Amino acid sequence: MFAAFDNFPSLLIWLPLVAGVLSFFIKKEGAPRNISLLSSILSLAIVIASLLFSGQQHAGLNQVSYIWLPDLGSSFGFILDGLTKILCLLTAIVFPLVLLITNKDEYKNSNAFYGLLMLTQCGLMGVFMATDALVFYFFWELALIPVYFLSSIWGGDKRIKATFKFFIYTFIGSLFLLIGILYLYLQTPHQSFNLAAFYNLRLSAPEQHWLFFLFFIAFAIKMPIFPFHTWQPEAYEQAPRPVTMIMSSIMVKMGVFGLIRWLLPLFPLAVKDYNTGIILLITVGMIYVSLIAIYQDSIKRLIAYSSIAHIGLMAAGIFSLKEIALQGVILQMFNHGINIVALWIAADFLERQTGVTEISQLGGVAQKAPKLTVFLVIAAMANIALPLTNAFVGEFTIFNGLYQFNPWLAALAGVSIILSAVYTLNMIKNIFYGEVVPATTEVKDIGRTHILVFSIITLLVFVIGIYPSPIFKIIQESTALVLNKYGSL
Amino acid sequence: MNTIIFSALWGVLMMYVGFIVKKQKSATAFAVLGLIVLLIVSWLEYAGVSIFTIDMQGMLRYNRLSLVFNLVMIFSTLVYFLLSGSDIEKFGKSSSDYYALLFFILTGISIISGFQSLLMLFIGIEIISIPLYILAGSEKSNLKSNEAALKYFLMGAFSTGIMLMGIAFLYGDAGTFYVEGINLGLGKITPMLAVGMVLLMAAMSFKVSAAPFHFWTPDVYDGTPTVFTSFMATIVKAAGFFAFFRLFENAFGNLHSDWEILIAVIATLTLLIGNITAVFQQSIKRMLSYSSIAQAGFMLMGVFALNTFAKHGLILYFAAYSFATLGIFAVLAKFKDHSIEAFNGFAKRYPLVGFSMLICILSLAGIPLTGGFFAKYYMLLAVIKYGKMFWLVIVGILCAAISVYYYFKLVQAIYFKEAAQREDVVFTRSFELMMLANAILIIILGIHPDWLMSLLYM
Repeated sequence: MFAAFDNFPSLLIWLPLVAGVLSFFIKKEGAPRNISLLSSILSLAIVIASLLFSGQQHAGLNQVSYIWLPDLGSSFGFILDGLTKILCLLTAIVFPLVLLITNKDEYKNSNAFYGLLMLTQCGLMGVFMATDALVFYFFWELALIPVYFLSSIWGGDKRIKATFKFFIYTFIGSLFLLIGILYLYLQTPHQSFNLAAFYNLRLSAPEQHWLFFLFFIAFAIKMPIFPFHTWQPEAYEQAPRPVTMIMSSIMVKMGVFGLIRWLLPLFPLAVKDYNTGIILLITVGMIYVSLIAIYQDSIKRLIAYSSIAHIGLMAAGIFSLKEIALQGVILQMFNHGINIVALWIAADFLERQTGVTEISQLGGVAQKAPKLTVFLVIAAMANIALPLTNAFVGEFTIFNGLYQFNPWLAALAGVSIILSAVYTLNMIKNIFYGEVVPATTEVKDIGRTHILVFSIITLLVFVIGIYPSPIFKIIQESTALVLNKYGSL
Repeated sequence: MNTIIFSALWGVLMMYVGFIVKKQKSATAFAVLGLIVLLIVSWLEYAGVSIFTIDMQGMLRYNRLSLVFNLVMIFSTLVYFLLSGSDIEKFGKSSSDYYALLFFILTGISIISGFQSLLMLFIGIEIISIPLYILAGSEKSNLKSNEAALKYFLMGAFSTGIMLMGIAFLYGDAGTFYVEGINLGLGKITPMLAVGMVLLMAAMSFKVSAAPFHFWTPDVYDGTPTVFTSFMATIVKAAGFFAFFRLFENAFGNLHSDWEILIAVIATLTLLIGNITAVFQQSIKRMLSYSSIAQAGFMLMGVFALNTFAKHGLILYFAAYSFATLGIFAVLAKFKDHSIEAFNGFAKRYPLVGFSMLICILSLAGIPLTGGFFAKYYMLLAVIKYGKMFWLVIVGILCAAISVYYYFKLVQAIYFKEAAQREDVVFTRSFELMMLANAILIIILGIHPDWLMSLLYM
């Protein structure tokens, strides 16, 4: 398994792993942070390289498999295909941004902090690229455990309880996943964990039905979608800032990704039976959490609930089983990951400047911090999917597919978009406009690092919003494959 | 045979060493040396070199599995001596006596690992048990220790009685003590055979503290001095399981489909009772006693399934579980206060030991990348592979989820809670490094469990 590094997937796994382990042992002030930043920028370079060297002639560069446990039929298999590239790109972009923006933060035992952060990145990359179910499960846990420690050690006042809830929830979910994987493994003809072997299984309808739920619950908890979402707002609120950003931007995508890569191709019969019901559940849940979001006074909770609604839309798009929606979902996974980071950065900036997180106690920030206002308004517009922004392209394509599936459900999901406009604009109005209130008199505008980070995000928002076709081209590599079992049904 | 004779000899030597050496440290060094010798001779045996050839009339026969088992047990004992040696030294005037007893237990274990006759099983189990009664009561001034010893002795004697009765019934049915003879004769169940088998099952369940025969465990583990609890809960328990497995594989293998439901029920009860009760414990030592019951539930799955995966899994389980539990107990033995609060803020004061303990706990909870994950995994796989009673898997997984709750309470104390009043404990550098090595061992088992299992086929 320690073989060559002549391919992108192994580099993407080993780089953060080595950087993380290295960080643990370096006591020098600031060094772990620089190592992490360097490694995450290198990861970005690797992902970009893999985007350049795609296609059949470079297949060897984007795919790798080492024998790991021969008697179990498991091997360290990774692949970078269309879906994976988008998610790895997201991971590779978000990590440097987050590290840049929190560059000035001081953490006790910063070596452990950055070490764990890098291990999280390694876990995420592994989850996205794994082509072996056991490896997938390993990395799924590897992404969870460091986050648990990060939140519990460096989080807010109620961190232990909130994080423990998060941990127990997801851990139970992953145990369900494990049962499902074990069962599938035993069904394969030569006892292997290989994804392709799983895809080739011919499962009977009753088997698919209960396996579907094992997988679905695991992924639903992770995303999270209503009614498995109760861990999320507290966990986001209590986690330290970089961790919140990574959780909400990338980790939730693990669940969405799981649906696309594992659930849909594996259990077509069950998906066909349940998809209408699940979309209904999701859309009702979306409206429900949007209504909750309207009544939130805390910015962080508002963003958390809004995120649940957005993720819900992605899940609904997946279950519509339309290729166009699926492409929209993959694009939207990327967009949402970028946009929500901007929202968190702005929310945290305000919290640090004013010391309050309640929307009702803020006001008139636009007069004090015009630059921040511009950037946040753009991010907010992207959050409600206005035309020209990236989320418009993504959500529009999702709605397109959802509408083809069932107009009524699409309309119902549309309500939550309207609601999202209500709470987002309301937040903008209350925070940025109106009179300057006591809490905001001292607010200063954002500094250079923030401008840099916000500019990168804004650039991505508009580039993808205006010219999305290159990224769609990458996505299309893998979407047809996901749905090819549904053609004959 | 190498292992049996050398461990018995070294036990006797240890008793004399007490007269010769004055320093406790050198007794430990001599014991460690003995284990290394033992490891070498049993490796030789594994490699096919027998130093002694004794005609055992076929009452003892070692296959790959039992030889690997011996190696794992001796190695675990080595880990135990290295981690807890300094605490054994603190007991009584002469620690070499305790070492001698521990070597005798190893003799019993190596008899058990190769028994082909019920007589040998009985002798092996008695050789293991009697030194343990002494060890349980070794803290003479402590009333709880005395109570533990008495309780353990009475219950142990009782269960041995049941076992003898079972053996007598089996003899009455089959006319032989040889397990093969019993297995060959098993065509259909006669009343006598059924009674004998159930009695043996009860006696073995008692020895491995499986529910509903587990009631002695928490009290005895709690009362016994922590250093010796550590040994009882790991190596001795593993030996009991190996005997259980071997007995039911070799003597009752033909009747597998008749008794499987009984073992499944015992496993379920053990899992549920162990895990649920552990949640409510305030003392880590008691929590670990219940956790050891819970882990026994998983190991019982191996006895239930009796297939290749079960064999692989049990060997792995013994190693992973022993290393993890030994690590935690080694730290615990240095504390007087065994409540969970005593560990608040532990990692801040002792980062290295804290981290090693964390790995041990994660392994017990069965988190991936630690040996405990694959151990549990193989057990579940063995049951699934066996193809019957899938609900046992569900119960196992549910219980694994419960266990995360109480194991992570300890993690929370170690890493996340602020330190309250602290007990001053000093860890020597060598202890810290040993703990770390132990943790690394657990991680290696978690990444490449096949390295251990390949021993079975070399």
